[in-house]
Amino acid sequence: MVILGLCASLGFANAQFLTMQNLFDLLTSYAFVGILALGLLVVLIAGGIDISFTATASVAQYVTLSLANAYGANWIGVFAIAIGIGGALGALNAIFIQKLRIPSIIVSVATLNIFYGLLIFFTGGKYIYSLPDWFATGIFWFEFEWGKDSSYGVNLQILALALTFLVTWLLLNRTNIGRQIYAMGGNTDAAQRLGFHIFGLNILVYCYMGVMAGIASLTQAQLAQSVAPTVLVGKELDVVAAVVLGGASLMGGVGTVFGTFLGLTLLAILQNGIILLGISSYWSPFFVGLVILISVSATAWSQRERRSQSASR
Amino acid sequence: MATFLEMSGISKRFGGVHALRDVDLTLEVGEVHCLVGENGSGKSTLIKIISGVEAAEPGGRIAISGKEYPKLNPVYSTHCGIQVIYQDLSLFPNLTVAENIAMAHHLGGLHSVNWTSMRATAKATMAKIGVEFDPDAKVSELSIAGRQLVAICRALAADAKLLIMDEPTASLTRHEVNALIALVSELKRAGICVVFVSHRLDEVLEIAERVTVLRDGAKVGTFAADTIDGGKLSHLMTGKSFEYQIQAPELAAGPVVLEVKSLGREGEYEDVSLQLRAGEVVGLTGLLGSGRTELALSLFGMKPPDRGTIALDGRPIALRTNAEAIDRGIAYVSEDRLTLGLILNQSVTANVTLTVLDRLAGALGLIAARARQTHVARWVAELGIKVSNPANPVKTLSGGNQQRVVLAKWMATNPRVLILDSPTVGVDISAKDGIYEIIRRLAREGVAVLMISDEIPEVLYHSHRVLVMREGRLTTDVAAAAASEDALRQAVNA
Amino acid sequence: MSNVPALSLRRRMVGLAGSGTVATLILLLFALWVVFAITIGDRFFSVSTLQSMAFQMPELGILSLAMMLALLSGGLNLSIIATANLSGLTIAFLLTRYIPGSQGLAWVGIQVFAIAAGFAVAALVGLLNGFVIAYLGVSPILATLGTMTLCKGLAIGFSRGNVISGFPDPIVFIGNGTVFGVPFALIVLAFCALPVALMLNATPFGAKVYMIGSNEKATRYSGINTRAVLLKLYVFSSLLAGVAAVVMLARFNSANAAYGESYLLVTILAAVLGGIDPFGGFGKVGGLLLALIILQVISSAFNLLNLSQFLTLAIWGGILIAVAAVPHFAGKAPR
Repeated sequence: MVILGLCASLGFANAQFLTMQNLFDLLTSYAFVGILALGLLVVLIAGGIDISFTATASVAQYVTLSLANAYGANWIGVFAIAIGIGGALGALNAIFIQKLRIPSIIVSVATLNIFYGLLIFFTGGKYIYSLPDWFATGIFWFEFEWGKDSSYGVNLQILALALTFLVTWLLLNRTNIGRQIYAMGGNTDAAQRLGFHIFGLNILVYCYMGVMAGIASLTQAQLAQSVAPTVLVGKELDVVAAVVLGGASLMGGVGTVFGTFLGLTLLAILQNGIILLGISSYWSPFFVGLVILISVSATAWSQRERRSQSASR
Repeated sequence: MATFLEMSGISKRFGGVHALRDVDLTLEVGEVHCLVGENGSGKSTLIKIISGVEAAEPGGRIAISGKEYPKLNPVYSTHCGIQVIYQDLSLFPNLTVAENIAMAHHLGGLHSVNWTSMRATAKATMAKIGVEFDPDAKVSELSIAGRQLVAICRALAADAKLLIMDEPTASLTRHEVNALIALVSELKRAGICVVFVSHRLDEVLEIAERVTVLRDGAKVGTFAADTIDGGKLSHLMTGKSFEYQIQAPELAAGPVVLEVKSLGREGEYEDVSLQLRAGEVVGLTGLLGSGRTELALSLFGMKPPDRGTIALDGRPIALRTNAEAIDRGIAYVSEDRLTLGLILNQSVTANVTLTVLDRLAGALGLIAARARQTHVARWVAELGIKVSNPANPVKTLSGGNQQRVVLAKWMATNPRVLILDSPTVGVDISAKDGIYEIIRRLAREGVAVLMISDEIPEVLYHSHRVLVMREGRLTTDVAAAAASEDALRQAVNA
Repeated sequence: MSNVPALSLRRRMVGLAGSGTVATLILLLFALWVVFAITIGDRFFSVSTLQSMAFQMPELGILSLAMMLALLSGGLNLSIIATANLSGLTIAFLLTRYIPGSQGLAWVGIQVFAIAAGFAVAALVGLLNGFVIAYLGVSPILATLGTMTLCKGLAIGFSRGNVISGFPDPIVFIGNGTVFGVPFALIVLAFCALPVALMLNATPFGAKVYMIGSNEKATRYSGINTRAVLLKLYVFSSLLAGVAAVVMLARFNSANAAYGESYLLVTILAAVLGGIDPFGGFGKVGGLLLALIILQVISSAFNLLNLSQFLTLAIWGGILIAVAAVPHFAGKAPR
C-alpha cells in the first residue's frame, strides 16, 4: 500500500519520472535485481535462504561468455550454458543443506566464498570486454515510436524479466510443485510426514535460484557490455531488500510474486526518485535503509498487534 | 463385525531399548477404540508401526482387511486407508483450507493446480461432517478446534478407513470435545474405525467401545469399556493403585496473604474476588476459556487487570511486570512446561538458576561457579530430582523430573504465593504423587498455593478449598470437604 | 580473578570453549601447524610472521566478538562493519578538523573526545538496533540489514565516498605500535575479549543472554526483562564495533565508508567455526578466539605460500562447510 502511495506522489512531484524513457531505463537496469529476487523468493517460501547467488551469477556469466567467445554460440546456446551452470551451483547448495544437514544460511555464506574465491583465483579478476557482436546488439522486439526520435521496444532485459515473472508466478500458483513448496515452508515436519519428497523439492528450489542467477547474469552482461567478475558480489542486499519489502518472510511459507514485484518497484522508485529529485546519489543508500527499517518495523508492529488481539488459546 | 486390522507378535527395539514387546491388536471396522498407557508405554511407537513410519521387528504379523503385509510403509498404509492425526495436526497454516483438505488427491505429483476441483472436494468433505469453513481461508486463521476439524476432513478426503487421533482433546473446550465425540459417532456410522490415544481416562471411558492398555511396551489387555472404570484403568496402566482421599487440612489456614476484589480484564474474566491464605491449597478449575489462566497471569503481573484490586498482606499493589510480582513473592508455574516453563536445550543448572541470577551474584556482580553448583545441588536434593549430571540439557529428563526442575526454579524465589497451572500434565501417574507431596510440603511451610487444573479429582483431593470458574466468572468457592466430584463437574460444565 | 574456584583443569577448559568444539579446534590447529611446518618450514615460525598475524587479527577479532554477542542471543548483527565505518569516519572527521594547530592539553583532549564521539555514534546505532529488535519485534536479520544500509548511507552521504586520513601519532600507535613486542592492538583485543568472556560466563546478564538465545519467551516468563537485556546486548555489540573502528582507522591511518566489507562473512565464519550455535544459546569466547587463530594461521600461511587471497576465501568456505557438517558425520558413526 505504501508503495502505491509513493509511486503516485513521486510521479506527481517530478514530471521526469513518468516519462517512457525513464520507466524504460528503470525496468532495464533493475532486471538483474528483479530476476534474482524471484529466485530468492522461491527459496524463502520453501523455508530456506541463499545469499550465494551473486557469486553463482558471476561464475555463470564468466564461463558462458568465455565459451561463447572461444567457440561461438547463439542466444539459445548461451542461455543454456548459463542456466546449466547456475542450476548446477544451486544444486550444490541443496546437497550441502539436505545431505549434510547444515543450516542454509551457513551453506550459502560458505558457497558464496567458495564460488567467488575460486572464480577470481582462476580468472585473476580480469574483465572481458569483447563480446560476440550479436550479443552486443541484443534483442529488440516490438519496436515502436514514442515521443521524439527514440524508439522503444522490449529489450533483452525487460523480456527476461517479464518471462521470469510469468514462469515464477505459474510455478507458485498453478503447479502442484509450487504449492508443495509453500507447504514445505509452512510446516516442514508435516510435509515430511505426508510423504513429500523434501530432498527433491529442495534441489528444485535451489536449482531454480541458480537458474535465475544464470539468466540474470546474462542480462547484466548484455547491459553492461562486459563481464566483470568482481562487480556483482555485494548486490545481495538489494535483492534481499526487494523480496523482503515485498512481504516475503524469512521464516518460510509466505510471499508472492506480486509482492516481490512491488518490493522491487519500491526499491527502484526510491533510488531513482532520489536521483531525479536532485539529491546526491551518495544519499541513496541512506534512504533505502530508512525505508527498509520503517517498513519492517511497521510490519512487525502490526503483527504484534494482531497477535495480542487473537484468542489466548 | 468384520476385522479391519489385525496385528500380532509386534515388537520394536531402538538400540537396546524394547519399545514394544510382542503386542497384538485387533481393530474392527467401524469400532471406536482407545489406546491408553503412560509415557513410554509404547503407544506412539505402535501408532508409528501401524502407519508405516516405523517398521516392526521381523516376526510380527500385520493384516489389513484380510490382506497380509509383511512390510508396511507410509505409502501402503495410506493406500489401505490408515490416517493418523498427530497432536500437532500436521497442517500447513500458510495454505488455505481447501488446499489442506484436498492435499492427498490434488497436490501430489507434478501436474498443475485445479483450484475449482480442489474447492469442490473440500466443500464435499466438509459437508460430510457438517462443518462449513471458507475454503479459501488460510488455516492459520482458524481456531484450534477448527484446525482439528480440517485435519479430520483431510483424513476423510484421503478415504480414511482407520482414523487414529493422538490426544485430540488436549486443547479443546468442553463444547468442542462434545462436538468431537458426536463426530466420532458419525464416522463410526460411516464404517470408519476410530482409534483415540488419550490419557484423559474420563473421556476414554465415555467414548470407547473397547480399551487397550499398554504398559512398558507390553499389552496388558483389551477390555470392553463397560467392564472397567477409571480406577481400574489407572491401576492397569501403572501397576499400582492409588487411593483418592480428601486432604484433611493439616494446619488451620494462616492469615490472608493475597486478596483479590472484583478483578476484571476485558474479554477474559470479570468480577473475581478471592482470598489466598498462607498454608492453604486452593484448587481452581474450569473449562478452557473460562479465564483461569488469564486470572493467573494477572496475579503474576503479566496481564494487568483493567478493574478491581489486588492486595498483598492487606496493602493494595499494582503489578505491571512479572518481575515485580516475583519480587513480592508471587510465582507462576506455567501450564506449558515445554515451551514456557523450561528452556529445553539448556542445562538443568541453567534452568534452575534462571530466577535467582541476580541473587547469586557476589560482590563484583559476578556469579561464582560454585555458587551455581551449590544452589542446584541443594534443590536437586530437596526435591529429589533424578538427574545424573546437572549440566545435561533439561530435555533429557522425564516429565516428572522436568516438572520438579520447574518447581525448584520457582521455589528458589521464596514465594509466598505459588500459582501452579496444570502441574501434573505430561507427568506419569506414578510420578504425580511426588508432585503432590511437594505441594503439601509447600503448604506446610506456609506458602499460599493456587492450583489450577483440568482434572476435577486432582483439584478435589489435593486442595483445601475449591474454586470453579465459568465463562470468566468465579461461580463456586467451597471447602473441599464439602464438595463432591459430581457437584463440581456440574458446576464446571453446566 | 579471585572468585573463580579451583575446578579441575579439564572442566575449566571445557567451560572455556564449549565441550567438543575445543577438541576439534585444537586438533585442527595442531594439524595445520604440522602441515605448514613441513611445507613452509622456517619462514612460518619466524617472529615476523607471528607478528604480522598478531597485527591483523585484532580488528577481525573485535568484530567477531560483536557478531558473537548477537548470535548468542539468537540473532545476527549485519550492521557491525557499517557501524564501525561510520564511527571511524566520525572520529576521523573530528581529528582532521580539530587537531591541526592544537597543542598540549587540547591536543590530547581532542583525541580523547574524538574517540568518545566515535563510541557514542556506535552506541546510538546499537540503541537503534536494540530498540527495533527488542521493542518492535523485528527480526534481527532485517533490522540490522536496515541499520547497516542506514549507516552506510550516512557514511557515504557525509563523506561522499572519500577517504579521510592523517591522524596524530598516539592514534596511529593504537593500530601499529607495540608494547614489549606485543602489538598494542592485540592488547586492545584482549581487553575486549576478557571482559566479554567474563560477562558471558559469570554475570547474570550473560546467563540471561544465553537463555534468551535458546528460548526468549520462556525466559520472559521466568521474570527476566528480555527486552532490556537485548537492548543492552545490541548496544554492546555495536560498541565493540566502535572499538574495532578505532583499531582499523589507526592501522590504516585513514577511514572510509567501505572498509572491511569482506569481514562480515568472515566474522560469521569465525563464530560458527568457534562453536557458536547459529540458532543461539551456545558458544564461548575461547572457541571464537581459537577459530580466529586458525583462520589467521591459514591466511598467513597462504600469504607466505603466495597463494591468492581469493583461493583463501574459497578454502575458508570449504572449511566452514566441513566444520558445520561434523555433527552430521559424528551422528552417523554409531548407527
